[in-house]
Amino acid sequence: MKASYFPGCTLKTKAKDLDIYARKCAEVLGVTLEEIDNWQCCGGVFTTSNDELATKLSSVRALIHASKKNQPLVSVCSGCHNVLKQTNAMMKDQTIDASSRVNNYIAPDSYNGETEVLHYLELLRDKIGFDKIKEKVVSPLTGKKIAAYYGCLLLRPGKVMAMDDVENPSIIEDLISALGAEPVKYAYRNECCGGYIALESSGLAKAKSQKVVENAKEKGAEMIITACPLCLYNLKKNGADISIVYFTELLAQALGIKE
Amino acid sequence: MEKDNKKVCDEIVRRSGVNPRKCMKCGKCSGTCPAYDEMEYHPHQFVYMVETGDIEPLLKSKSIYRCLTCFACVDRCPRGVEPAKLIEAVRLEAVRAQGNNHLKPDQIPELLDEDMPQQAIVSALRKYTK
Repeated sequence: MKASYFPGCTLKTKAKDLDIYARKCAEVLGVTLEEIDNWQCCGGVFTTSNDELATKLSSVRALIHASKKNQPLVSVCSGCHNVLKQTNAMMKDQTIDASSRVNNYIAPDSYNGETEVLHYLELLRDKIGFDKIKEKVVSPLTGKKIAAYYGCLLLRPGKVMAMDDVENPSIIEDLISALGAEPVKYAYRNECCGGYIALESSGLAKAKSQKVVENAKEKGAEMIITACPLCLYNLKKNGADISIVYFTELLAQALGIKE
Repeated sequence: MEKDNKKVCDEIVRRSGVNPRKCMKCGKCSGTCPAYDEMEYHPHQFVYMVETGDIEPLLKSKSIYRCLTCFACVDRCPRGVEPAKLIEAVRLEAVRAQGNNHLKPDQIPELLDEDMPQQAIVSALRKYTK
């Protein structure tokens, strides 16, 4: 299987481990990720306003690229994925005029939300299957207690992201189980880490992130995994004394790709 | 020339797609908001103040830059009001005015540390500038 791949700005710089191991693991699991030529930054966050269109064009172009190749569009970063999926939903929605105005601008291209937008985790669960992944595991992470941190952008808004139960998700826990480790569930796994407020109010980001880590530790976690570079930064920066890694690193370790 | 508050609020409602009249004032949006402690006006107050045309205090308040767009209030509102979309529309009303960008690119270097992901910078710029 081949899929169009949108890495995003941070995966090329601060979050290289999220990108490199995503690609390597996909190859082992029989999926080729074809990076979109000349992709442009998604902007990090989706602007919900109906009249904010120019800032969504880079995502629309990525979606068109995948649609022309008749491939799903895969991203790993929670931020990119959130923007791409919400932009796709906006283009599909014919009850607002955003889609027709964007189409006027991008003509002769035309786009109405045809592309299937997948987070890498959805690729693993829905296209490859956790049972298949389990078969490919060469170094099971037996006995490790690992907490999944979803944060906000991976799941919400639920009716658009439609990845999992918004308040009681299981996709990352199921992956942890498939890799042979023991998932740790805790209350704060889908609460916000503070996100970009780290720039302006590091105190708020600290308070939010510490709650997440403390709660995971209370439940016995030895490690936290995430899909979001900003979550990883906030949790690490604010004194986490357990390891915080990308889920792709853990996957690569279990598949024998990473030491 | 003073803008008509009612017109500004109508425009915010249109732009956001939110109907503030659906709100039953339960306060769940504010109860679940991660930025509550740093907000002068809280999500439920945004909904009420836009509904009643009391927009000027919101436009001047730093609260519009505290919403993290985490969509917790969007998903947890029992009436589907989606307050974050309203807060976003108020913020755009503020930053789209000439010279009113909340964050300027030359302010960024001093806010950075070596581990800060690009995602934080582009997100903040998208939220705080036109």
